[in-house]
Amino acid sequence: MEQIMLWFEQLKDQFLVWFEQLKMEFVLNFVTQNRWKLLLNGLGNTLVMTIFALVIGVLIGVTVAVLRSTWETNHTKMKSGVGKFFFSLANRICILYTTIIRGTPVVVQLLILYYIVFATSKNGIAVATFAFGLNSGAYVSEIVRGGILSIEKGQMEAGRSLGLNYVQTMWYIIAPQVFKNILPTLCNEFISLLKETSVAGYVAVADLTFAGNRIRGVTYSPFMPLIAVALIYLVLVTLLTWLVGKLERRLRQSDNR
Amino acid sequence: MITVNQLEKNFGDLQVLKGVNQHIKKGEKVVLIGPSGSGKTTLLRCLNLLEEPTGGTIFFQGEDITAPQCDINKIRMKMGMVFQQFNLFPHLSILGNITLAPVKLGLKTPEEAEKDAYELLKRVGLQDKALNYPRQLSGGQQQRIAIVRALAMNPEVMLFDEPTSALDPEMVGEVLDVMKQLAAEGMTMVVVTHEMGFAREVADRVVFMDEGVVVEEGSPEQVFGNPQQARTQDFLKKVLK
Repeated sequence: MEQIMLWFEQLKDQFLVWFEQLKMEFVLNFVTQNRWKLLLNGLGNTLVMTIFALVIGVLIGVTVAVLRSTWETNHTKMKSGVGKFFFSLANRICILYTTIIRGTPVVVQLLILYYIVFATSKNGIAVATFAFGLNSGAYVSEIVRGGILSIEKGQMEAGRSLGLNYVQTMWYIIAPQVFKNILPTLCNEFISLLKETSVAGYVAVADLTFAGNRIRGVTYSPFMPLIAVALIYLVLVTLLTWLVGKLERRLRQSDNR
Repeated sequence: MITVNQLEKNFGDLQVLKGVNQHIKKGEKVVLIGPSGSGKTTLLRCLNLLEEPTGGTIFFQGEDITAPQCDINKIRMKMGMVFQQFNLFPHLSILGNITLAPVKLGLKTPEEAEKDAYELLKRVGLQDKALNYPRQLSGGQQQRIAIVRALAMNPEVMLFDEPTSALDPEMVGEVLDVMKQLAAEGMTMVVVTHEMGFAREVADRVVFMDEGVVVEEGSPEQVFGNPQQARTQDFLKKVLK
């Protein structure tokens, strides 16, 4: 009995020591010199880059997708002329764009944009945001294009037969169905984008990952800052997934039987 | 109302229509019959330019709709079309399906469109389905809604592309009844169908097509009762047994 009590006491002491250490580490990594502000600042940069890159990506992606799917479904019916020539050219440029973006790593694209294309700019966040947007646009365009092409031909025909023009049919009839169908895949892309911004440190942008790593470099204690960074990403992604899930359920109204 | 001159349509190397001439008068009910691949559906789809003809002209109310300067969207507003696969808009309620085009094209205010929609729905006996979604309805109900959707534009002519071919047999009747009612009200109709009973009962003129040409046409009594061409006789023997 005494043995057990002793063992128990030892365990308790051990635990207290461990807890003290944890507290010290916490103070060292987050409280001393207000290091938590680094993380908060990094989180802010990560969010800003993600949100603006998302907007850029969706704008590029939708434009490229509409252009390419319109070309794909209609080019045989188009009358040849200057209009068709430029349409064909635009289509080729779009294909080249997706090929290059999807064929090279995002870090390489980021470095090329920062050190070559925008070499004179010292605004790392802006360049990084643009790079992530440009990168995301290629993936979004493929998602949206697949979504448009998966809608039955009869939907376009029904819209046109009522006298709606091509753009009206796209907007009122095709787009809402596409949006609903691609939402889960699109959500996936946004999650990827959020996490991809973690390479912004390559061009000296102090994003969340960069901040965590810097704290580690100063305190020589990797556990706390890195786990904290991971947890913040996890919470963000979970939140995003939950929000999209809610939206999906609302849009699925018309599927009820 | 509709005049078709020497209409030709090629799909690549395949010539589907080889010079079709037709004149459809106001109020006339024309039924197109023929074996599959005969070009009857293509002819119908050319009438509102869902298929662009390779050659020939189509006049609608005196206007050449195959001319490049013709605004086909304006023409289509006056030509209702009903498809084999219904093609209702799955993301919109029944009411949304019916009111979308008239409202967006500025023909009616949302209130007018809704009021008209309920009236039309009542005529086909589906007023209690207004707030349902297409997937919640049976095939026959969906096709009746599709007819109502086309009628909401107050068209001058209705084009039917095998409207009962995708339906379960027990639902064919309800759709044909709506079409008969429409015919009795004087609507100009062009119908591609395999329902010979409907053709016999409703058609003013039956047009038999085969291999891209009109082989024989005339009143149902003539075409069904006393076909002149061997191909017509052969086809009718197969479908009327």
